[in-house]
This record gives sequence, structure tokens and C-alpha cells, in this order.
Amino acid sequence: MKVSNVPFNGTKDQEAKLLEVIAKYKGQKGALMPIMQEAQEIYGYLPYQVQKIISDETGIPIEKIYGVATFYAQFSMSPKGKYVVSVCLGTACYVKGAGKLLEEVEKQLGIGDGECTADGKFSIDVCRCVGACGLAPVMIVGGDVYGKLTPDMVEGILAKYE
Amino acid sequence: MKTLQEIKDIQAAKHGQIDIRFNPDTAEEAVKTYVLVCGGTGCTSNHAAEIIEELNKLIDGAAKRDEIQIIQTGCQGLCAKGPILVVHPGNVFYQEVRPDMVDRIFDEHILGGKPVEEYFMIEEGADGKDIPYVESAFYNDQLRMALRNCGKIDPEDIDEYIARDGYQALGKALTEMTPDDVIQVVTDSGLRGRGGGGFPTGRKWAFASGDRGKVQKYVACNADEGDPGAFMDRSILEGDPHSILEAMAIAGYAIGANQGYIYVRAEYPIAVDRLEIALKQAREYGMLGKGIFGTDFDFDVDLRLGAGAFVCGEETALMTSIEGNRGEPRPRPPFPAVKGLFGAPTVLNNVETYANIPQIILNGAEWFNQYGTETSKGTKVFALGGKINNTGLVEVPMGTTLRQVVEEIGGGVPGGKKFKAAQTGGPSGGCIPASSYDVPIDYESLGKIGSMMGSGGMIVLDEDNCMVDIAKFYLGFTVSESCGKCTPCRIGTKRMLEILEKISAGRGELEDLEKLDELAHYIKANSLCGLGQTAPNPILSTLEHFREEYEAHIVEKRCPAGVCKALLNYTIDAELCKGCTKCARNCPANAIKGEVKQPHVIDAAACIKCGACMDNCAFGAISRK
Ligand SMILES: Cc1cc2nc3c(=O)[nH]c(=O)nc-3n(C[C@H](O)[C@H](O)[C@H](O)COP(=O)(O)O)c2cc1C
Ligand code: SF4
Ligand code: SF4
Ligand code: FES
Repeated sequence: MKVSNVPFNGTKDQEAKLLEVIAKYKGQKGALMPIMQEAQEIYGYLPYQVQKIISDETGIPIEKIYGVATFYAQFSMSPKGKYVVSVCLGTACYVKGAGKLLEEVEKQLGIGDGECTADGKFSIDVCRCVGACGLAPVMIVGGDVYGKLTPDMVEGILAKYE
Repeated sequence: MKTLQEIKDIQAAKHGQIDIRFNPDTAEEAVKTYVLVCGGTGCTSNHAAEIIEELNKLIDGAAKRDEIQIIQTGCQGLCAKGPILVVHPGNVFYQEVRPDMVDRIFDEHILGGKPVEEYFMIEEGADGKDIPYVESAFYNDQLRMALRNCGKIDPEDIDEYIARDGYQALGKALTEMTPDDVIQVVTDSGLRGRGGGGFPTGRKWAFASGDRGKVQKYVACNADEGDPGAFMDRSILEGDPHSILEAMAIAGYAIGANQGYIYVRAEYPIAVDRLEIALKQAREYGMLGKGIFGTDFDFDVDLRLGAGAFVCGEETALMTSIEGNRGEPRPRPPFPAVKGLFGAPTVLNNVETYANIPQIILNGAEWFNQYGTETSKGTKVFALGGKINNTGLVEVPMGTTLRQVVEEIGGGVPGGKKFKAAQTGGPSGGCIPASSYDVPIDYESLGKIGSMMGSGGMIVLDEDNCMVDIAKFYLGFTVSESCGKCTPCRIGTKRMLEILEKISAGRGELEDLEKLDELAHYIKANSLCGLGQTAPNPILSTLEHFREEYEAHIVEKRCPAGVCKALLNYTIDAELCKGCTKCARNCPANAIKGEVKQPHVIDAAACIKCGACMDNCAFGAISRK
């Protein structure tokens, strides 16, 4: 898991929302994961400071929260770029050349999987089957799905988000 | 809260709107014109939403607006040709619909009654003649039981589900059957788990059925669908979510549980949305909640979102994850039927397993077990992908051969390439080679040839796929997904991956194959959970069926499929080279030398095998071997 050194700048607003979420799940069995999922939605990621709030409010030890955060691929401790570039490496995409596609994206952006560009614009996230295997190989940029791709199309697609 | 009679009344009232979509040839005259647009994940990613928006805009201004209904369905199956739009009456299929085609379809067909033949979905038959989609093998060779409603009803409207006998199986179970009767019917049907293991569902329920009403129990649904490249369960949840809720309530009645959990991947936003809508509607109708159908049976269902860990598909890990922990498996026994979720007896079934339950209760065990083979009853849904023409969702009776699925329903391998193998069972499964093309698809036959039924992913590989590379792909997956709890899996899979990497880098030795074999068997025997126990399968099955390909990598330092980069050699044919210098200008490694109008040469030592030169040569002078 990559831990970022970008300074935390959560707002009071975000904190109020998080406290609301925690209150909603009070007393429920197995509530930690849903709380963390909603917290990540509020902040975009789960830095130590957010984990600490969850721990303080629920009484769940911080070690346990950290353990859960590092176990699941969905939780991220570093912030994402403005546009997340998800390259599907599911089997259907892989056998149709998704590996080469990822190489090209990494080359174009100068970053690797799980990293964010210095200007905060793009980050790369490898994912497994987005369910559009009919369009393989597939890549998602900022929520827009692109299918039947070849590496030479990457540059033009990324340019749309400049 | 609705009574069983009220449910039947809704069904009767809806009949005229539904029948035309299921029985286009025999249905009475349609009440309206129905326009079905696929809203599964595949088509949604492919601008289906814009098509619906466009239709809605057009319909707003149309005179006959009350006679037309636009319905966003779940996956209709033929994802490769999406987005799909179907018009009833007439059962007319349009494929690869673009927003700019909607105008004509709307004016000429929907309003004018005259189908736009130019846009018809057709398939080229064996004799070269066009066959309409509805008569094609893709459509006709399937048997849709678990997918019976997918792509044909509005998954966000409980009444449409009710029109298809929805919630009547629950009504029948609660009012006419004892819990033991229910278990007996499921047992007699021969239904086995569709999540991969193939355990008899009725037996599982029976194990958890003791002490009804005395202890807390749970029913859970495994919608984690971890196999990367599979989307069967997602499609059922997106296309027919109520069938799962109904089945879980039936399971709850059978074992004496009043709470259910669906563990669904957070990466499935459409499925989660539709489930939430379905839950709300089911509660409003009293199909979930207290005193269902006026009996004293209470049952409700909650969603839990998985957070992207393959191992959480394993049953004990799934339960630890629902409890809010790191999803690490724990030893069995105790089995979940004895000690499952929060320590209580729990029944966990796969989505597709549940999807079969309501029909079994309504139609009886004999109806179900007339389909399939001696030991594998009913049907199986597959997500067909990879090098295949009709990528999509298919459902066939057990016992159908692999050849039928790939060649007939799947439309064969594109581009005139040769079928090399089909991979089933994902990271836990294996490759079925062309020599076993006629193997019947059932639990036992697939196991015998070193693959497995799995949960339904089926990836077709052609001559351009390297089997060492495929094994490496799956091992890379299991290494990153191993939870790390036990050593054979955590370290053993890593060692196997390293050996594979060595082989594909051209540094392999023949004894590596023995080492792989030995490690594989050790890991299988000593891992705690199914992930580790099955992780070596992709290697074992490719070693068994494609050993000569491994040997070519090791002995001849050659990748026959031309995939493993380190083993490729780019050369320029001096006869064909015109000396245009284009390759040299495009080479990122400056590995190409030559004067203008003179044949160029590649310096093999400097070449990084990127392939740029070959892509750029206009004269086909560069080859890869
Ligand atoms: C590593 C691993 C991953 C699994 N992933 C899934 C899955 O994604 N979906 C599923 O239904 N079953 C999965 N299973 C099987 C489950 O453990 C369990 O057997 C199944 O959900 C039981 O339901 P069934 O009897 O209806 O098949 C997985 C098993 C293992 C060992
Ligand atoms: S076999 Fe692998 S995934 Fe399963 S418990 Fe052991 S380390 Fe974890
Ligand atoms: S394959 Fe790439 S590195 Fe090698 S010669 Fe061609 S362009 Fe240059
Ligand atoms: S494997 Fe990429 S969308 Fe399914």
C-alpha cells in the first residue's frame, strides 16, 4: 500500500459528515467496513487522520482500522488524481492486449500503477474486469469508458482531459 | 402489505404487457409498443444511456406517447454487439445502436410500424446467407433458466417481476410447504452450487436446518464474483434482482433464519443500485419484513459491499469480512452451516444458485432435473470472453459440449484464427485444449481434464496467446490476492511466479518444470483455503496440455505465440526494405542503422523489442520471430 506524503487538508464540513455516518451505524454489527467506505467517499481517500477520527469515535483500535484499510484494494491511503485512469487487467482484456495498453498509459503519464502525477491531474489504477468484456480491452478515464482500444489511441484520449 | 391473491392479481393485470416479450409468436395483441434497451454494465459503458435519453426526448413530443413504453433492461446477452435495442411486437433486434440511429428507428419503426431493415441484427450463416438474430444459434441453442428474466423485464419494477410468477414461489413455500418440504424439493432437484464448488444445495440447507426458531441463523448470498473476467452474477443482479431476494427468503424459511446479507462487490455500482431499489420495493409490498404473506415468518435482507479482495469470495473469508474484519479465511470445520456469520449457523450460496430456486419451488424437482446430465442438473451460465465473436452472457444445459458453446453459440474465433484453448474457473481453474473440444460441460468432466466448472468465466484463447504468459497472468493475480495467512500460499505462489518469469525471460532450465510441478502439488496439499489449494491449477493444466510450449521457451529460447518479449527477435528483410528510414526514426532505442535508400539493420543487443519499427514499416519488411 502506498502511503502518501501529501499533507492532509480535510475540512470541518467533511468531518461533520463523517461524524454523521458514524452515528448512523452506531450499535450495528460489522459496521466498520461501511463506515470506512463512506469515509473514503467523503474524503476521496483514507489518510491516517481520518482513520484516527473513526477510531476515536467508535472505540475500534486504530491498528484494526489500519489492518482493514491495507487489506482491501478499494481503500487508498493516498489521494487520487482529478482523473483516475483505470486500465482493466481482467482476463478478457488481458488476452486482448491490455498489458500493452497499461504500458502505454504509464509511458504517457510518466507514473506507475497506484501513483498520481505531480500536478494532481491523473492517477493510474489497475482494475479487474469492469464488466464490459465485450469492449475489451477497456480503460476508464474519469468515469468515461473507452473500449476496443489499441495503444496508439491512448495519447489522443488522455489529451481530452488536459 | 400484499396478500398472495393480490400478487396473483397484479400478475394477471400485467400479463398483456409481458407475454409479448416472452412469447412473441403466440402472445395476444400487444397493449403497447415496447422498446427494450439494454442497461447492463457492458452496454451502459457503450452509450446506452444516451440512447434512452434520445428515445425519451422523441417520445415526449410524439402523438402516440401513451402507446409506447421504453424499458431499460438488464444484460440481454450479446455484449459484443451492444448496445442492443429490441422492439416488440415483432421481436426485432437492432445491434450496435448509436445515438444517431435512434431517430430513424423511432420514426419509421416505433411510430410508423416499419422496421428499419438496414439496421437489422443479422448473422452470416454457414451457407453465407444472412440469418436474423432470433433464428441464430446464439439465440436458439441457449436454455435460459437462471437468466429467464434478464434483458426482458424492467429490473427496477417489482410488478414486472411479479408478472413473471415473481414471489409466488415464496408464497407457495410459506403457505403450502413445511420448511422440510422445501429442503426436500431442492435436494431432489439435484441443484449444485454454481459458485464453483458444486456442493449440493439441498444438503447444505439441511445441515443448517436444526433447532429452527431456537437459535439465531443467517442466510447469505455470495455476489463477490472474484474471477477477473466474469460477469454472470453481476448480470443476474442487474437484470433480475428480485429473484435473488425471493430465493433468499425461501432459504430463510427453510433453515429458520430471519436475516439475510448480500455481499456484493463495490465495483458493481449498477447492481448495487438495482438491489437497493428492489429491496425498497420488496419491503413496500411486504415481500420482506414481518409476517410475510400473513404467516408468522419474518425476513429481511441487508447489503454489504465488498472492497476488492478476491479471497473474500471464499466462504469463511466472506463472513469475516461482513463482520468488519480483514477478510482472512479460517479453518473448516466448523463449517458455516454450524458456525458461520457472527458465530451463528449460516447458509451461503452463490447468486446463480439462488436464481434457480424460485423456479424449482414452483415447477418441482422433476421439472428441473430433466435438464442436464446424470450428476449435473439444470443449466450453467457462462461469461464468454476473449478471442470469440459473440462475447457475452450465455446459458446452456449442463452436458453441452465446449465446441457447441464456442463454435455455435459463441460464433467461433474471430479473424480466421485457430482455437487454442478455453480457460474456465479463472485463477482456480485450468485450460481446456482443442483436443478436448468435445468435452461435455459438467462438474465431473471438466474436473477430469484438469480444469473446473468454476463460477462461469470462460475465456477463449487463440494461436496468438502464449500459455506460459497466461499461467503467469493468473499466478500474478493469486500472488497479489493471497491473504498471506499461510506460508505455502503466500511464499509458494511467489516462487512459482518467479520461475514462470524466468522462463518467459529466456532464462529457464528444464529442471524448472520439475520444480514447478513439485511446488504446485505441495501448495495444493498444504494451503489453508481454496485460494491456495487451487492457485497452482493454471500452471498444472498448461504444463499438462502445453508442455511443448514451455519447452520451446526453455530449450529453443523461443515463444511460439510471439508474446514473451525477451524471446522475440525483430529482423529487417533486406529484400523488402526500401531504406525509407522510417523505422530508424521511430526506434526509441536507436537500434536501427542504415543509410537512406539502403537496407536497414537492427542491432539485436540494443533492441528493446517494443515493436514500434514493425508497426511503422509501410513495406512489411520487418518481422518478429
Ligand atoms: C478463493 C475463492 C474465491 C471464491 N470466489 C467465489 C465467488 O466469487 N463467488 C462465489 O459464489 N463463490 C466463490 N467461491 C466459492 C465459495 O467459497 C462458496 O463455495 C460458494 O459461494 C458457495 O455457494 P454455492 O454452493 O451456491 O456455490 C470462492 C472460493 C474460493 C476458495
Ligand atoms: S491459502 Fe492463501 S488465501 Fe487462503 S488462507 Fe492461506 S494465504 Fe490466505
Ligand atoms: S523493436 Fe523497437 S527497439 Fe527494437 S528495433 Fe524495432 S523500434 Fe527499435
Ligand atoms: S476483463 Fe476487462 S471488462 Fe471484463
